[in-house]
Amino acid sequence: MRLEAIANPSAARRLGLPALAIAATMLVAMLLALIAGANPLAVLGQIAKGALGSKLAILETLNRATPLIFTGLAVAVAFRARLWNIGAEAQLYAGAIIAVVLGTGALGGPLVLPLSALAAMLAGAALLLGPVLLKTRLGVDEVVTTLLLNFIMLLLVGYLLEGPMKDPMGMGWPKSTPLIPEARLPRIVDGLRLHWGFALAIIAAVAVWVIQTRTTLGFEIRAVGQNPEAARFAGMPVNAVLVKTALLSGGLAALAGWSEVAGLKGHLSSDLSPGFGYTGIIVAMLALLHPLGVVVTAIFVAGIFVGSDAMSRAAGVPTYIADMLMATALLCMVLAILLTRVRVVRG
Amino acid sequence: MSKDEGAEVVLRLDRISKSFGALKANDAVSLALRRGEVVALLGENGAGKTTLMNILFGHYMADEGGVEVFGQPLPPGNPRAALAAGVGMVHQHFTLAGNLTVLENIRLGTERLWARRHPDSRGKVERLSRDFGLAVHPDAKVGRLSVGERQRVEILKALYRDARILILDEPTAVLTPQESDALFATLRKATALGLSVIFISHKLHEVMAIADRCIVLRHGRVVGEVDTHATDKGRLAALMVGGELSLPRAEARAPGPVLMQLDGVTTPDRGAVPGLKRLTLALRAGQITGLAGVSGNGQAALAEVIAGLALPSAGTLTVHGAPVTDWSPRAALAKGVGRIPEDRHHQGSIGDFDLTENAVLEAYRSRFSRRGWMNWRAARAFAQEIIASYDVRCPGPETRIRLLSGGNMQKLILGRAMASGPDIILANQPVRGLDVGAIAYVQSQLIAARDRGAAVLLISEDLDEIMGLSDVIHVISQGRLSPGFARGSMSAADLGLWMAGQKFEGADAA
Repeated sequence: MRLEAIANPSAARRLGLPALAIAATMLVAMLLALIAGANPLAVLGQIAKGALGSKLAILETLNRATPLIFTGLAVAVAFRARLWNIGAEAQLYAGAIIAVVLGTGALGGPLVLPLSALAAMLAGAALLLGPVLLKTRLGVDEVVTTLLLNFIMLLLVGYLLEGPMKDPMGMGWPKSTPLIPEARLPRIVDGLRLHWGFALAIIAAVAVWVIQTRTTLGFEIRAVGQNPEAARFAGMPVNAVLVKTALLSGGLAALAGWSEVAGLKGHLSSDLSPGFGYTGIIVAMLALLHPLGVVVTAIFVAGIFVGSDAMSRAAGVPTYIADMLMATALLCMVLAILLTRVRVVRG
Repeated sequence: MSKDEGAEVVLRLDRISKSFGALKANDAVSLALRRGEVVALLGENGAGKTTLMNILFGHYMADEGGVEVFGQPLPPGNPRAALAAGVGMVHQHFTLAGNLTVLENIRLGTERLWARRHPDSRGKVERLSRDFGLAVHPDAKVGRLSVGERQRVEILKALYRDARILILDEPTAVLTPQESDALFATLRKATALGLSVIFISHKLHEVMAIADRCIVLRHGRVVGEVDTHATDKGRLAALMVGGELSLPRAEARAPGPVLMQLDGVTTPDRGAVPGLKRLTLALRAGQITGLAGVSGNGQAALAEVIAGLALPSAGTLTVHGAPVTDWSPRAALAKGVGRIPEDRHHQGSIGDFDLTENAVLEAYRSRFSRRGWMNWRAARAFAQEIIASYDVRCPGPETRIRLLSGGNMQKLILGRAMASGPDIILANQPVRGLDVGAIAYVQSQLIAARDRGAAVLLISEDLDEIMGLSDVIHVISQGRLSPGFARGSMSAADLGLWMAGQKFEGADAA
């Protein structure tokens, strides 16, 4: 069996294969449910109902999607330039730390929110600056450096929560002092549990899309990602483009943590992110790195997580099914993307 | 000499068809190869030569048609079966392990892991080496051999496996004229011993020199099959492109001032590839300077310096009378250096970008954006202008460039390089792999640029091209540059001696 390239994939191939991938994912979900001893169709139904079945469920899904949009965008931007930022988790926590540092009384007044958002982005960007400079100057593999920074940041958060940031009223729980009201993101509609972080995420997605398609920087990012040698030959400052990409990517990931603290939680804890940084990679890959696609896939992925939580309570099937579904969806989608470009021939 | 019409047919391709998507790479191609015969497979790039040979050798499966070797049908898609049936292929890019000896390379893959060594492989290699005139030491490390010697190892490898049919894919592309002559001598010995050869080329004079018969492919179809002694180069070229075609000849001009000057330019060696050795070269306005040489002798290093990709480690580069210190591709472009890179696919274009994006790759900042915002409307108009004035055949500016043929891709790159009216032009292998029509077009554009007063540096491994176009010819060998020779003052054989490095020793000693 060999692979043979397809020059011009047909529309049926380009649309049919991803649909097939989704179908395959659902099949695996049902199989998993069967193994767990539940009714497969009922499990699927409960996931859908848990994610979209009520106004509350929908808002919960959108809330969960918010950090995923940010981390998904961070990954999509970086991967587009072939800068493998696996450290969105660390950058997320950098943003969250800044939200606490500036949001617990250091600043006051109406400018707290924009200033702390800006500072959070700078912190996330700074965190990715080291790995990208090591890459461009010394050729150090950024996969390793960004990945390892995740653990360093998590340990730093643990230290901060046990020490300088510890909430004196927290009754021993490892959580930070809560944010002052001016530092909290308001809800979009009064009474509905959806904060402005979600709107900001949508704006960020549109902004990234505009940058990629309409600006010289976006042109450079895409060129460097597709063919760095040709980009260099044409006179593009390849290393500077990589640095700018890293700053943008790190800043976007930091907003995930910042909006979780300022919009949802109101404080920092070490379980702030159940792996949003890593899930962002899945979100970006499923969206084929398209910034607007990231919004859709982030909501889809968030829906599966939220739905699985609800299903787990109702059907007694472990929530791990959500992680397995994510992994299956990613594998099926990667395969589907490959198969739109090549066909398998015998021989 | 004329071959016996009644000689046994050793290889027969019967109505082979193969499509890639909408493209018919091979359309009912038939071919018969007789014992002791050299058949040339001639055709422009993209005519389907390589596809056909890949089908024969089992790398691809034909959609229709079959292959017979010595009267036995060959199972499709099985390179091992082709090898076992006595078909040997020498690829354009060698498949040798540099850290092994000649003998080890030849034995590689012929023995089972656990079986005992072939008792007399050395004797067999030495015998073949003698019989076919393939002089190469069996214990030499392949990494230290010249390109010509490596090719001999490849041929020995095929012969060692008892190949009775040899397929050579563009075998002379990397050889000096002298090495090519030696290869032809080997092929004559091989056919005298009853082997049959398929010789893939688009160099007409070679086809005339070595082949008994010539099969011309165009657009995947056989458009002509002629005995070489009953035809001439002009007729073959016409068959290849489907029309009488004369290659442009550049007439000499009075040279203008020096626009770019390299003085004692030195660059570091890169592994086995030599860097430049105190190279001095002047590029004058209104002159095409040809740089001849076997590939891998420093051409790439020189091109990098001129294109702005590298600064010399010693020596100076002077552009328009001012020595440059801050040198980059962008600086080169700003100084009016137009660049046609050696490798269209990796350096010259971005395959998944469309023609518009590729057209503005160099000037997107200066001409097609304002304050960081791209002006795609102007960019598209610019791409359309290049498409129209350089005759780029394509569905439109939204086409991804990797779907274009090499010739059309090169025309877009040419149009991009010429758009800013450069007065120094680096043309590195500008016509390599192009069909005859595209070659004539690209070359005529270089001549037109020269006539407008540009200084053109033409780097090519094809002596015919260098001799036909250049006003001054330099030869590069091991990073050293020969003196400049005026048009017509040197024969190909003389230049060949410089290319082989022999004349340099003489010059050094003197």
